[in-house]
Amino acid sequence: MTPDRNASAVAASGLCRRYGRRWALVDVSFDLGAGSALMIAGRNGSGKSTLLRLLATAIRPDRGSARVAGHDLREARDQVRRNVALLSHHSYHYEALSALENLQVAARFLGKDAGRPALLTLLEQVALADRADDSVHTFSAGMRKRLALARTLLQDARVVLLDEPYGELDPPGFRMIDQLLDVLRKRGVSVLMATHLLERGAAMCDHGLVLDAGRLAWSGPAAELPRAEA
Amino acid sequence: MRDLLAALHKEALLQWRSRAQLLAVFVFGATSLLLFSFAVGPHAELLRENAAGFLWLGLLLASTLTLAETYQAEMEQRALEGLLLLPASPPALYYGKALSNWFQLTLLGSGLVPLMVVLYDANVPRPLALFAVIALGCAGLSAPGTLYAAMTHQARSRQTLLPLLLFPLVVPVLIASVKATSLLMTGDPMGQLRPWMLLLACFDALHWSLCGLLFGRVVED
Amino acid sequence: MGAARDPGAGRGYGFMMFGFLLLLVGSYIGLFRAPTEAFMGDVYRIMYVHVPTAWNTMLAFTFAFFCALLFLFRGDFKWDSRHEAAVEVGVMLSGLLCMQGSLWAKPTWGVWWDWDPRLTTTAVMFFSFAGILALRRFVDDPVKRATWSAAATIVAYVDVPIVYFSVRWWNSLHQMQSSPETVSAPFLIPLRTNAFGVLFLMTGLIMLRARVAALRLEQELAPPLPPPHAAPSLQPEPAR
Repeated sequence: MTPDRNASAVAASGLCRRYGRRWALVDVSFDLGAGSALMIAGRNGSGKSTLLRLLATAIRPDRGSARVAGHDLREARDQVRRNVALLSHHSYHYEALSALENLQVAARFLGKDAGRPALLTLLEQVALADRADDSVHTFSAGMRKRLALARTLLQDARVVLLDEPYGELDPPGFRMIDQLLDVLRKRGVSVLMATHLLERGAAMCDHGLVLDAGRLAWSGPAAELPRAEA
Repeated sequence: MRDLLAALHKEALLQWRSRAQLLAVFVFGATSLLLFSFAVGPHAELLRENAAGFLWLGLLLASTLTLAETYQAEMEQRALEGLLLLPASPPALYYGKALSNWFQLTLLGSGLVPLMVVLYDANVPRPLALFAVIALGCAGLSAPGTLYAAMTHQARSRQTLLPLLLFPLVVPVLIASVKATSLLMTGDPMGQLRPWMLLLACFDALHWSLCGLLFGRVVED
Repeated sequence: MGAARDPGAGRGYGFMMFGFLLLLVGSYIGLFRAPTEAFMGDVYRIMYVHVPTAWNTMLAFTFAFFCALLFLFRGDFKWDSRHEAAVEVGVMLSGLLCMQGSLWAKPTWGVWWDWDPRLTTTAVMFFSFAGILALRRFVDDPVKRATWSAAATIVAYVDVPIVYFSVRWWNSLHQMQSSPETVSAPFLIPLRTNAFGVLFLMTGLIMLRARVAALRLEQELAPPLPPPHAAPSLQPEPAR
C-alpha cells in the first residue's frame, strides 16, 4: 500500500462504531492536515475515546473508513500502527515489571535502542528517572500516566493520539504535557487530543471538534471551542 | 525475527518476576500426586503401575493454573493490546508465550518426577528419554492451552472454561504421554515407545502451527 | 402469522417431517421385517439407528468445521448462525450415539462402556464441542463469540483423527470389534432408509436452529443507526 502523499494526517469519512446495541460513534467525518493539532471535546460517553481507539486501529470501525498518516485503517493496519502512537486510558504496562523494563519491552518490539542510557533519558523527560527500577505496581496514577507518556514518545510516531493526557496529573505534570506538545508540534507531528480542559486544550491546538452522543456536533478553530461548548 | 526475540525477552522478564507463582503451582501438582495415592490406597504394586498416569494427570491439572496466569499480566492494563499497536506481530506474541508456557510446564513436569519416584516407588532407568517425553507432552499442552487461555481470560467463568475446552482436546497427549512414560519406566519389549513419541510429535507439529495461525484472529478486534 | 411470517421455517419443518417419515419406515423394516442376524441375535437391530446416527454426527461436525472456516474467511454472520446450529445438533447426536453405544455394549459385552475407538472418539468429540457451546454461552460480544468459537471448532475438528488413532492404538490390546463392519444386502435397505431419515431430520433441525441464531444475531448486531441531526457532519479542515 503506497501512502497517500497529500498533506493529510487524518482523513475520516463516516466512521461508525457500535458496542453491543449502543452506537458509540455515528457518521464522524473530518480532515486534519499534517502537522496540525486537533482538540476533541465532549461529555463523558460522547465517543472521544472510541474515536481515538478507532484511529489507532485498536478497534475496527463498523462502518465508514479513514486514512491515518496516509494509510487506510482497514487495508493497511500495520502501516497505520507504525505511524501512530496512542496514549490510552489503559496504560499498557506490565505491573510486575519496572518502569525501565516496560520501556525496554516496547523498545525491543519497535527496534529502537533498548539500552539503559537511552531509556533513562526518556524517563527524565517525564520526571520518572529516579523511579526507573521500581515496579509499576507501586506507582501512583500520575506516575503511570507519565510512564505511558514516555512509552508514547518512544514510538516516535507521525501522528500522536492523546486520550485525556492531563488526567491524573498534577500542575507540574500539566506543564510537562504542554512542553511535550510544543516539542511534538515543532517536529511536525500531528496531534489529536481528547480533553476536558477546554481552555488549555484550545491554547495548545489549532482546530477543535465536539462530539455529542457519538456524532460530530461542532467543528472549527480551537480558540472558539470553549465558547461553542458552553 | 525481531518480534519473536522481543516477545521471548518479555516473557522471560515476566516469568522471572512471577517465579513464586511457579513454586505455588508446583506445590499444587505435588499435592495432587499425594491425593491420587490416597484415592488408590497404599497398594505399592497398583501405585507403581499407574505412576505415569498420576504424573500426567497432576501435570494436566496444574497446567490450567499456569496457562491462565500468564494472561493475567497481559490483561491487567491491556498490555497485550499495547504491544499489538506498536505493531507487534501476533504470531510472534503467540509463539513467545507458548514457548514460555512450554518451558514452565516442562520444568514443572520434571520437578514432579522425583516426587513420583518417591510416592509411587517408580523407577526411571532412562531419565533423558523421560525428559524428552515430558518435553513433547508439555508442548502438546502448551500450544492449544496458550490459544484457549487467550480466549477464556476475557470470557466469564474463565476458570471453568479453560479446562472445559482444553481437556477433551489434549486426550491424545494424555494417552501418548502416559503410555510413553509407562513404557520408559516398566520396560518396552515390543519397541512401542517410538510410535507414541511420533504421535506426540505429530500432535505438537499440528497444533503449534494451527494455533499460531489462529491467535491473531482471537486477540485482535 | 407463524409460517407466513417465516417462510424459511416451513422448509425446515418440511425436512424434519420427511426425515421422520423415512425413519418410521426404515425402523419398521429394521425392527420387524429384516432377518435376525446370525451371531448377534436381535440386539444387532440397534445398528439401524446407531450407524445412521454415527454418519450424521460426523456430517454435522464436518459442516460445522466448514461453517467456521467460511466465517473466519468471509466474515459473514450467516455462517456463524449455521455454525452454532451445526455444533448444537452435532453435540446432541454424539450424545445420542454414546447412549446407543452403551445400550449395545451392555447385552453384548456385559459392560456399559468398552472403550471402542470410534465410540470413545465420539465421547471426546461430545465433550470438545460441548465445551465450545459453553464458550459461546460465556462470551457476550457477538463478534468475539463468533470468532473464538470458530477458531475452537477448527482446532477441535482437526484433532478428531488424532484422537481416533491414539485411542485405537491405546485400546489395541483389547481387540473387540464393537460394530459390524460389513453389512449384507437384506440389512442395507432399512439402514439406508434410516440414514437418509436422520439426514433429513438433522438438516431440518440445523436449518431451524440456524434461523433462531440468525434472528438473535440480528438483535445483537445491527440495531438501526439513530436518525441524523440537522447539523452537517462533514467539516473539512484546511490543510496546514
